[in-house]
Amino acid sequence: MDGRMPSSEDRTLRLVHLYPDVMNIYGDRGNVIALRYRCEQRHIALEVEEVAIGDSFDAGACDLLLIGGGQDREQRRIADDLVEKGPALKAAIADGMPALAVCGGFQLFGHRYVDHEGGVIPGIGVFDLETRHPGPRADRCIGDVVLQTDLGEVVGFENHGGRTYLSAGQEPFGHVVRGFGNNAEDGTEGARVRNAIGTYLHGSLLPKNPAVADELLGAALRRRYGDEVELEPLDDVLETAAHRAAAKVAETRSRASTN
Amino acid sequence: MTAGKTVAAVSRRIGRGGGTALPGLVAEKFDPAIVRDLGSQLGRGTVLITGTNGKTTTSRILASIATEAGLPHLHNREGSNLMRGIASSMLALAAASGTMPGGEGMLGIIETDEATLPPATRALAPRVIAFTNLFRDQLDRYGEVDTVAALWREALASAPADATLVLNADDPSVAELAIGWTGSIHWFGLDDEAFATNAGGASDARWCRACGGKFAYETRYFAHIGKWRCEGCERRRPSPRTSATSVHLGLGGASFGVEGLGDVTMSLTGAYNVYNALAAIAVARVLGINDVDITRGLAAAQAAFGRQEVVELEGRRLRLLLAKNPAGANQVLRLLAGLEGDLQVGVLLSDRFADGQDVSWTWDVDFELLAGRVGKCWAGGTRAEDIALRLKYAGWPAPAAVARAYHYFVDSLLADTEPGSDVFLIPTYTSLLDLRAELQRRGAASAFWERT
Repeated sequence: MDGRMPSSEDRTLRLVHLYPDVMNIYGDRGNVIALRYRCEQRHIALEVEEVAIGDSFDAGACDLLLIGGGQDREQRRIADDLVEKGPALKAAIADGMPALAVCGGFQLFGHRYVDHEGGVIPGIGVFDLETRHPGPRADRCIGDVVLQTDLGEVVGFENHGGRTYLSAGQEPFGHVVRGFGNNAEDGTEGARVRNAIGTYLHGSLLPKNPAVADELLGAALRRRYGDEVELEPLDDVLETAAHRAAAKVAETRSRASTN
Repeated sequence: MTAGKTVAAVSRRIGRGGGTALPGLVAEKFDPAIVRDLGSQLGRGTVLITGTNGKTTTSRILASIATEAGLPHLHNREGSNLMRGIASSMLALAAASGTMPGGEGMLGIIETDEATLPPATRALAPRVIAFTNLFRDQLDRYGEVDTVAALWREALASAPADATLVLNADDPSVAELAIGWTGSIHWFGLDDEAFATNAGGASDARWCRACGGKFAYETRYFAHIGKWRCEGCERRRPSPRTSATSVHLGLGGASFGVEGLGDVTMSLTGAYNVYNALAAIAVARVLGINDVDITRGLAAAQAAFGRQEVVELEGRRLRLLLAKNPAGANQVLRLLAGLEGDLQVGVLLSDRFADGQDVSWTWDVDFELLAGRVGKCWAGGTRAEDIALRLKYAGWPAPAAVARAYHYFVDSLLADTEPGSDVFLIPTYTSLLDLRAELQRRGAASAFWERT
């Protein structure tokens, strides 16, 4: 090294993208694109491993995990495989591995998903919550969202039939300022355990919310390389502009939180 | 107010109410009845054309072929593909008495919104139903892709048993509509290995409906379109009766071979328009139109609104390429990637209802295809900032302008381009409407606009 302060440079991170061919309904690969970009800018090598149904999951070789959303049919497809990988995933998350689970992936990171016919799809219980579909006649929760979170304002778009209910003591990812959130009732959105974030928000989430992207990357770097690693700030002018534009749209056409 | 009188006359005749409150308040309920009543007067029957992409262009090509064949036809225009619009298109031709003059000699060519197919099928008892493809599109409006497939099956359950389906053999989601269909099917598809690609992109069909097995591809043209087979059962891409070989694409048009027709040429280009042409040829063959008229109709077909429209503005050639969803946008990008030299490209993203309010689909578009190929770019539309960010992450240069206002957008285009150059503009639907209004305000000329 050349005597500079320890930086993120010349580091390698391994990202596992779970079921990218199946769970990718709402531009979920935008999250991978954003992480890759933010790593490239900082000379961090990001190795992306795509893990499909039946592939083995090696928690020791995973610094950061992503899972996106899918249709009901697709969730049933992955459920058994996810349950098999569940214990290793949960242990890694308990050990501080950062993860982002969006929409359908978020639902299956809870205890279970009860579909519109009452069928139960088992989840892996990373988050202490369950999701129930209120039936085929119920409206989906669709629209622009603004949240207040520990990471500041977060913007995105939600489109889900299931209503998610957090157990007492389960921390949400954020509180709804505009939009529906977990269940259109209690003003919570998503869930958070250690460095794992579950949310309904796509849009894609990470490009327009660089603070969330950097939270995940920072956690991954610190877990692998030690506490002193810092992420250099990037030129986020366009990211900030897109964030603001999305927030403004939500203000004009999404409902204000009922809480 | 002839249309109003006609509505009143039709509603009186179908015996539901006095017709006085129409056409406004209760027209919603009457649209299917109007479509049924006026549609039944079309003596040559009706063709319904649906699918995520290509239904407008396929309908236009078919109408062009029908014109060459001297076949009188009723053709609804884009934006009129819901029951309301279909009813309006029919009322526009109906007499105040509620009858359709000359209807007995007429064919209906009806572009039909995906979700409108069930009521349109019930109301019109079509002779032919053509399906172009099924991709993700405006999930905030239509729900999941599977929801659309279920609506199509519902429509087929009420279709006349002697109707003919025209199906894209290369799209497994469309091909599965054949399961349980006992009537005739005319398959179309592409037979040109030169179009094979490994670029996966977002796939919207992965599993066989019959057995749940995974699809494998002998040849993949794009996304889930190609020569597929199911790894679990015997199902595979059917052999198309109408297929294209030796496809050549240029900026000014395409040519390809079709068995029975020989080499055909058209002014439309892009692999997607070859599929649209095949769908139209297949329908025309089902209708018994002869080869000469089909070939002439193809040659005479013009681009639909915003599809490869060329607009001259202060010496620049602005080439408009509508893109409404990932599959359509990827086709446009592939077309541009095949051109020579540095490109000047503007992308305009809007999020009004007609565009889809959820802009996350832009992350499923392979803008990376043009990384290193774009000399200058512009971001526009109501979500200009979002598309600017997408292009940045795709490795495009910093945009010359990020402009929601169309006059600024066009000002920047003119300031940063040379007369005589080509500028490719890729707008979503309402961006195209707004951009077109701005270009018209500036006196830009387009042959297309003068025709409509």
